[in-house]
Amino acid sequence: MDSRKKEGQMKTIDILEKKTSRRSFMKKLSIAAAAGSAGLVAGGCVGTSESTEEMGLKWEEYFKKNYRMMTPEEKDETVVRLEKLAKLQDGVDIQMSNQEPQEKVLFGYAFNISRCKGYMDCVEACVQENNLDRNSKTQYIRIFEMDSGQQDPTSGDGKYHHEVPVENKYYMGIQCFHCENAPCIRACPTKATWREPDGIVVVDYDWCIGCRYCMAACPFWGRRFNWGKPEVPKEEINTKQHYLGNRKRMKGAMEKCTFCVQRTRQGKLPACADACPTGSRVFGNLLDPDSEIRYVLKHKKVFRFKEELGTDPKFWYFMD
Amino acid sequence: MTTNSKKGLGAFIADCMRWALSGGIGFKIYIVILLAVMGTGAYAYANQYQNGLITTGMSNIVSWGLYISNFTFFVGVAAAAVMLIIPAYILKDKDLHEVVIIGEGVAVGALVMCLIFITVDMGGPLKVWHMIPGIGLFNWPSSILAWDVLVLNGYLALNVLVPLYILYCNYNNKKPTGWKYKPFVFLSIFWAVSIHMTTAFLYQGLPARPFWNNPLLGPRFLASAFAAGPAVIMMVLITIQQKTSYFIDNRVFFKLKRIIVVSAIINLLMLFSEIFKEFYNATHHSLSAQYLFFGLDGHDALVPWIWTAISLNIIGTLLFAFDPTKCNPKYLMPAAISLFTGIWIEKGFGLIIPGFVPSPMGEVVDYAPTLNEILITVGVLATGILVVTLVIKPALVILQRFREATT
Repeated sequence: MDSRKKEGQMKTIDILEKKTSRRSFMKKLSIAAAAGSAGLVAGGCVGTSESTEEMGLKWEEYFKKNYRMMTPEEKDETVVRLEKLAKLQDGVDIQMSNQEPQEKVLFGYAFNISRCKGYMDCVEACVQENNLDRNSKTQYIRIFEMDSGQQDPTSGDGKYHHEVPVENKYYMGIQCFHCENAPCIRACPTKATWREPDGIVVVDYDWCIGCRYCMAACPFWGRRFNWGKPEVPKEEINTKQHYLGNRKRMKGAMEKCTFCVQRTRQGKLPACADACPTGSRVFGNLLDPDSEIRYVLKHKKVFRFKEELGTDPKFWYFMD
Repeated sequence: MTTNSKKGLGAFIADCMRWALSGGIGFKIYIVILLAVMGTGAYAYANQYQNGLITTGMSNIVSWGLYISNFTFFVGVAAAAVMLIIPAYILKDKDLHEVVIIGEGVAVGALVMCLIFITVDMGGPLKVWHMIPGIGLFNWPSSILAWDVLVLNGYLALNVLVPLYILYCNYNNKKPTGWKYKPFVFLSIFWAVSIHMTTAFLYQGLPARPFWNNPLLGPRFLASAFAAGPAVIMMVLITIQQKTSYFIDNRVFFKLKRIIVVSAIINLLMLFSEIFKEFYNATHHSLSAQYLFFGLDGHDALVPWIWTAISLNIIGTLLFAFDPTKCNPKYLMPAAISLFTGIWIEKGFGLIIPGFVPSPMGEVVDYAPTLNEILITVGVLATGILVVTLVIKPALVILQRFREATT
């Protein structure tokens, strides 16, 4: 009841603001005057009524450390805070994990270009699984339609919108390649992005200052920036989340494919590999000699995109 | 007036503020206009702060725009003060020594602009503390951006403290003690080169962007800066000469002109070398240059800009090289404006945007800044101009008094 009432209130405020430009002018003016003040720090959205609990949680969140510098207890605390905040702000019950990488696991991915038919079920599954912003239609995966005789996706069509498969075309999926020698990680001025021991390149969204240097450094266009406030309809939110994965992002932060860290650390396949109807996507542990990915790397003809840049991607293409 | 009694820091600050803000009606209007432009910028920034960088024309493909372009260019202007510092302090050139403080004032203004430009470009400006060593995590020495933050702030400190010390001595009618500031002058010379090289390395070190991944980028940055920077300083000097009673010898213009001509010619030579490399045997990596100079796949937003820039560049260089008026300020002003504007476009917009086009996935899009973005940028520029004005005005008063007292 209460939360619904509050929601209603917020909506009316929204409408009022859109209509009365004078009010929003005054509001902006006051922000301009107060820019950098402590009120803003905790607020971020001045004007909406907030409970003291919410303010307190936000305050603690603002002053927390980089995820990698946190003790296990601090990691548990921030996860609890974020769960509470999700309940208070969005009225959603989420379960957030901070599961550590497993021992002797190094994730790798292989993409079968002779099987993919370009249906893009992977893209859809990724959007749902990772709570990607629906406003800007963010997607981590892109599928390029290619002419035979080409091997460079930059010459392919990444925006095709027609029935697939098309004769004499093949399809190539691109996402973050989780490079071992990643230029994006080196670029970050605050160590907000790093490679986990299991090979997943992650971003601490709360630590990212939004300078976008990593984005300029990535040769594979693997990163996405939140230019506005990302939004996911309440009923579509995936509530099974990971701190380094599909949790709620904020405007001004960088994000990227995490090999579905919230799934893969529990032994599941990433959502894209799970959703693929053609079996083009092979995911597994590179350190396990019996894994399918090892079989592919051993027995198929494989290649990697922009190998000459020496970033050592953990993502291979192969054909039957 | 007592000339020998030592006046304290409090009196110094109070006097500086008085001198900075006093002036005729024209000066007051000028300040009010600057403040109004800054206010508009702050209002536009409040809008950007609330709604995010979505209020700009940037996108996931062109992820840096007007802010970073201007940042890059003004790093060059800041570094250019060294072209006055070297002759003034090291080669003991008397004429340039008279105006070196103005160069340093311009550097301070340029650096303030640079730091604001970086801040307004950030997605999470309130998280800046994450970069402060100790309480945050500073990715040094790995991240070139971390280096850049370091060298820019260091250079700002040097360019504030050295002139401040000299002015404070002069304020008390004393000559500054050499050993107290000379080491910092030497340091600031290397530091000036380093701010520029570091900023160039920011781009140069990215194999992901072939347009930037070019060893000539840093040196060419320096050459263009040593042309554009002294051109700005010349514009400021001419304004001072015309609007104030502060005496500036014509020989200053002559020497400044010589510096500009040499740098501008080296800059053009390197530009030619770059163009040759991109187009003689065009490869996949020349697409950005092709986009910049001729347009690509029907997208040609930058083409008129770059040709305007190159034309202004050449015109400015020629005007400086063949000056029939023997340093008449009325002649030098348009030459300086021409060269400055040309390099501004070329080293700003013309350098940053094509780095992103085509994207690593081969996509070609145009970038155009939004009105909001332009208002913020103009606001930052006004802030820089205000800083330069308020720094130089009291400095000139002090120098003039000192000159009168010692002669």
